[in-house]
Amino acid sequence: MFHWASSSMKRRMPWLASLLVCGFLVLTFLLIDSRSASALPIPPGKVHAIPAFARKYGMPCSACHEAWPKLNNFGQSFKDNGYQMGNDRDAPIFQQPAYWPVSFRMTPHWHRESVDRADITNQATGTTVEGRLTTHGFDLSGMDILTAGTLAKNISFLLVPAAGNDAVFAFESANVRFSNLLKSGWLNIKVGKFELDNMISEKRIMTLSANGGYQIYHFQPVTEFTNPVAPLVPFTFGMGDNQIGAELSGHSKNSYTRYSAALLSSNDGSVSVPNGHGYNTYLTFSQAFEAGSLGLQRVGAFAYIGRAPTYLATSSLLTDGFGQKSFYRAGFFGLWYLKKLDFMTMYTRGGDNVFLGTGTPSFSPLPVGAQGPTWNAGFIETHLTVNPQFILVNRYELIRMSRQALPVTPGVFEPGVSVPSADFGDIDALVFGYRYYPFMSSRAGFAIHNEFSTVRQRGGTALLPGGSGKDLTNNSLFIGFDFIF
Amino acid sequence: MRANKSMQWMFLAAALLALPSLAIAQQGEIHIGKVTGHSDAGKQLYYRFCWGCHGFHGDGNGENGPYLNILPRNFVAATFKCRSTPTGTLPTDEDLYASVGRGFANSNMPAWISLTKQQRANMVAFIKTFSPRWKTDKPGDPINVPAEPAATLDGIKHGKELFTKLECWKCHGPEGRGDGPSASTLTDSNDQPIRPYNFAEGSRFKCGTTNHDLYKIFMTGLDGTPMPSFADVIKPEDAWDLVHYLRTLQVTHKSPELTLWMGSKEGAEFVKAQKVGGTPTGSGIKQ
Repeated sequence: MFHWASSSMKRRMPWLASLLVCGFLVLTFLLIDSRSASALPIPPGKVHAIPAFARKYGMPCSACHEAWPKLNNFGQSFKDNGYQMGNDRDAPIFQQPAYWPVSFRMTPHWHRESVDRADITNQATGTTVEGRLTTHGFDLSGMDILTAGTLAKNISFLLVPAAGNDAVFAFESANVRFSNLLKSGWLNIKVGKFELDNMISEKRIMTLSANGGYQIYHFQPVTEFTNPVAPLVPFTFGMGDNQIGAELSGHSKNSYTRYSAALLSSNDGSVSVPNGHGYNTYLTFSQAFEAGSLGLQRVGAFAYIGRAPTYLATSSLLTDGFGQKSFYRAGFFGLWYLKKLDFMTMYTRGGDNVFLGTGTPSFSPLPVGAQGPTWNAGFIETHLTVNPQFILVNRYELIRMSRQALPVTPGVFEPGVSVPSADFGDIDALVFGYRYYPFMSSRAGFAIHNEFSTVRQRGGTALLPGGSGKDLTNNSLFIGFDFIF
Repeated sequence: MRANKSMQWMFLAAALLALPSLAIAQQGEIHIGKVTGHSDAGKQLYYRFCWGCHGFHGDGNGENGPYLNILPRNFVAATFKCRSTPTGTLPTDEDLYASVGRGFANSNMPAWISLTKQQRANMVAFIKTFSPRWKTDKPGDPINVPAEPAATLDGIKHGKELFTKLECWKCHGPEGRGDGPSASTLTDSNDQPIRPYNFAEGSRFKCGTTNHDLYKIFMTGLDGTPMPSFADVIKPEDAWDLVHYLRTLQVTHKSPELTLWMGSKEGAEFVKAQKVGGTPTGSGIKQ
């Protein structure tokens, strides 16, 4: 086995990385709080990187990934071509019969979760008080089984059975793609369940802690799920959730220019549930341009326009959703490279119909003074790729409500009636960490992952029983061993 | 006067000190149009993208080398297939740059066109640091490719005669299917078995897709393979006839030459006979 560290060029790194690892471990144990309580859940790992491709083509992870799982433009181009290099060796018939396009990924880890103003119930007295709750311990992430590749030339597939850390499986992705229709890279069709064509991909996110996801991709105003009266269909939507439908996409030869247009069932990627026979649309376009030695820059825009039901009509034979109301998420993004330093920036404008925004069935009267909620959101994520084996990550994210669904009554949160402030539910999130890959090969991937994240929600404690209405802050510290083979 | 002399000596000393560093700075540079490639930047790219096949030392002994049925290029040997320069000479920087961006059909070398021009130029600059040949030899002068005449039926027939006369068929087969009597015996400079190009598959050529590229292939040869250069045995106008005939052997690839050839009785029968053979199912290659 030829280890990466045997390269003289790379000999500089291990001491630095070891130092940082030690530093983080020391920091970790300093931060351990002995006042631990019940465990807080951590979302399963839902991140893609596929060593099966590395094995197939004999390339190291770093060929397609800036640092796995984050794709570089070569990896993006490979994905855009339907998992094909285009060298007439892509079809399965050219592979060894023993080749099996399957990879597994999991992340055993230690993590510490802390909530500063949790509603803590005293079991002896039955009273609930607001206080800090902290827990920590060793844990498992979810597991992804990543199977992907070509069925024949220009026909590819992706199938990802993924389990939470309780080993309950679901199909995270299941799609087939027909590439280069009419011999043109501008015409490709994908059908099934897939990640939206987000250039800033949550499936390739570089942060893994409980608060480390993109808030922007899952945000919904709190008024949408706190109405105590209305028997509604819970409206859930996240641009980071894989959706079910069909996607038409295209790209230039080098993937500098890309577009996609998807028609999706309005059920946020869930299967076998009533979706109100509604369809959503997702459109995205991006253009990359070269900036000399700085690297490849990319700017793009996206829009998700959807409709969701507000109540169900049930029968013994079939259930369907009715009273569909609209919602949208739209914005633009940029990927900016300054040699080893790169920034990902995103701005999103979101808006939901007033019925969705207040959680009210369309046949019911709206709360007095209700309006469709709107918000602005954005983040900047920075990566310093010291070399393919070591990357530093940082992200600051904010979400600001520009219009609340319910009237503002200062200091009073009454579900379904009023909210306590104009910034109720606003979010600030900060995450930083690093990933260190001790070796690089085309057979497997391994990363030591350290990360700290914190999320503050304005007035978030008002959502808790007896909450004071102060801000709610969650902190998460994560040290994991991320492996994929 | 004395002060002036001292100044002169100091200036001379400074110049002498600066010269080597200037030389070192320029040593790892190449120029592709307005883009200047730097070997130090290329080194980082090489150890990100290329080492898995081409190896840490550029000798083609990457960890995947043993599993590839066309071995990765050995940059230390500095023998390159795709050149615009005469056989036996080093390629130009532009040749290497084009190869990196084009990739090689029917091998594991992908097209790196999704990297920026700067990155590809940097890669080329670094690749050239592996072999001492780049310090002792200069790249050959690119061959002259005369303007392509229009394809004619007579020219194609003449090309067919040349195909027989120059014994192309011995390797490539009488119908260009890569199944000539010598095909199974061929080896490359690494003593690895190598297959002659199968025109009937219709995939692109190793060194380009145009008639211009095809002309260059047999006028420069593919160094390191049994494909020789025909520059000394064929005249330019004959070479173009051969190019036009070779296009007709690509029966699954529409071209003006094939259309012209199929318009004749001889051509139609020839192409019909050629299409009888099969290719593996599932390969995506049209039957």
